[in-house]
Amino acid sequence: MPQIFHRSANGIARFVLWGAQVAFLLVILVWTGLVRSEFFTEVARAPRQPVPFSHRHHVGELGIDCRYCHGGVETSASAGLPATEVCMTCHSQIWTNADMLAPVRESLASGEPLRWQRVHGLPDFVYFNHAIHIHKGVACETCHGDVDDMPLMMRAHSLTMGWCLSCHRDPEPNLRPPAEVFAMHWKPPEDIERVRKSLIDVLGIDTATMTDCYVCHR
Amino acid sequence: MTGRRLALVLLVAALAGCDQKMADQPRYDPLEASSEFPDGMSARTPVAGTVARDADLSATPTAMPFPVTMKLLQRGRERFDIFCAPCHSVAGDGDGIVVERGFPAPPTYHQPALRAASDRHIYDVITDGYGAMYSYAARVPPADRWAIVAYVRALQYARNAPVAELPAQLRARLDGEAGG
Ligand code: HEC
Ligand code: HEC
Ligand code: HEC
Ligand code: HEC
Ligand code: HEC
Ligand code: HEC
Repeated sequence: MPQIFHRSANGIARFVLWGAQVAFLLVILVWTGLVRSEFFTEVARAPRQPVPFSHRHHVGELGIDCRYCHGGVETSASAGLPATEVCMTCHSQIWTNADMLAPVRESLASGEPLRWQRVHGLPDFVYFNHAIHIHKGVACETCHGDVDDMPLMMRAHSLTMGWCLSCHRDPEPNLRPPAEVFAMHWKPPEDIERVRKSLIDVLGIDTATMTDCYVCHR
Repeated sequence: MTGRRLALVLLVAALAGCDQKMADQPRYDPLEASSEFPDGMSARTPVAGTVARDADLSATPTAMPFPVTMKLLQRGRERFDIFCAPCHSVAGDGDGIVVERGFPAPPTYHQPALRAASDRHIYDVITDGYGAMYSYAARVPPADRWAIVAYVRALQYARNAPVAELPAQLRARLDGEAGG
């Protein structure tokens, strides 16, 4: 009986078998890398907003406090976004004819809120709460980055579970005195190590339970 | 036999179609948009005239209802710096940063008319707004409004405090600065 395959087919078969495995591994590698990459975690991307609101301008240059606009941040889970009236406390008198602000004026007239595109968002199976972090000395800057340098809002961190845990495993190096949590570009004082140690006790931070699954998945 | 196998294949296919949507559950998050209402908001505003169950229905006091403690003043200072200082400036002179950028200048707190104004007047200005100034009632609850009133009073007093009433330490500093 004549041979069906030429001798060289052995090589091809081997190449295909090994190649398939290598390709499979590569796909897994690339994929696991990708989902953690900035492309998938949406870090440093600014979505198009109905009004190009600039934190650099309002926070960096004018020095307006976060709480003027994000009033819920000290008392509730959600920081909240400013109502149209809040913009109008100033823009009823300044930049009143700017085209950029036309959607704000329309929103005030019609009562329909501005539809801001959300920059941060956790899946619904994760529970997050702003108030506890603020009261336990975790600063806006630690999680949201240099907001006062952002002409358009973007994510500074991935918000993956690994990122949350990197702090929950050892919160101490990330703490500040609660009075300083709204400050941007905060310079720690000389004796910060001692301050942080005492903060754990003074604020009653329970480091033993902070990585329990039910803290974030309830 | 083939029937069982077919059923198994169908079952697996059906399971794959099961999407539990754990990441986007059928509920509204705060601020989430809704297609159910014409204005697109999932959070509804209460009907006009709604009274909250725990609402305080007693008449608004005409004068400061709390003892003026250091704690109240500190709270007042914090809230004043957040909500009022952008226009009125941290010292109450009415030349805050937003005024520098073209907002109509508010009057200084240190003029006689506002020094003579009642506590309740300042409270009402925060609650209802005044001329070009919008109401801050939505963001400053009543207790905080009184704290701010107390702090505005402290700012006004600071410009007129008799030197004799200063603590010794501050007086020494003042004398030093005046002398040097
Ligand atoms: C003058 C009002 C104003 C002030 C002051 C302000 N913000 Fe904002 N902020 C907004 C508005 C409007 C948006 C929504 C538009 C956007 O995302 O850019 C927003 C969005 C954000 C978001 C993203 C929300 C999302 O979509 O997930 C973060 C985070 C944020 N602000 C943090 C801060 C911090 C921190 C400060 C204080 C340092 C601050 N903001 C001060 C008005 C303000
Ligand atoms: C406390 C006062 C204040 C509030 C509140 C405020 N702004 Fe402004 N905004 C300003 C001032 C002052 C300027 C312009 C300053 C200048 O002339 O350089 C400005 C400028 C702007 C501009 C154009 C300039 C630029 O480069 O960004 C936009 C757009 C804008 N604001 C949007 C908003 C929106 C949207 C809100 C509500 C979330 C808001 N502002 C709330 C004070 C305010
Ligand atoms: C421990 C990290 C952390 C700190 C500290 C923090 N944030 Fe956030 N912030 C988040 C996360 C996570 C989200 C997304 C929440 C969600 O999707 O439910 C978020 C969302 C927001 C939003 C969007 C609206 C909302 O509530 O979902 C705003 C505005 C905001 N943060 C402002 C602030 C301000 C202002 C501060 C400081 C006073 C602050 N944040 C401190 C992690 C943090
Ligand atoms: C930079 C540090 C830091 C980061 C980042 C951080 N946390 Fe926290 N978190 C804390 C501290 C500190 C506490 C207070 C713990 C305590 O009091 O025992 C806390 C408390 C909490 C609590 C409340 C626990 C309770 O006892 O009720 C929840 C929920 C939570 N964090 C969720 C998250 C989630 C979700 C993320 C990621 C999106 C996150 N945190 C990121 C520092 C952090
Ligand atoms: C500090 C908060 C925090 C704690 C504690 C925590 N998680 Fe998570 N977990 C998260 C966040 C945030 C996400 C969403 C990550 C994302 O969107 O990429 C998540 C996602 C997940 C997912 C879904 C992953 C996916 O790809 O859909 C699983 C499963 C999970 N967590 C299991 C656990 C288990 C098991 C524990 C306890 C050992 C735990 N988590 C503790 C914050 C936490
Ligand atoms: C966006 C700028 C702005 C902010 C923020 C602001 N005000 Fe005013 N305020 C004004 C202006 C402008 C006037 C003068 C109004 C007029 O005469 O039309 C004024 C007037 C006043 C007056 C004088 C009323 C009178 O009888 O003459 C008081 C008191 C006052 N404000 C208190 C406050 C307090 C307290 C806050 C903080 C909760 C505050 N304002 C925040 C702009 C502002």
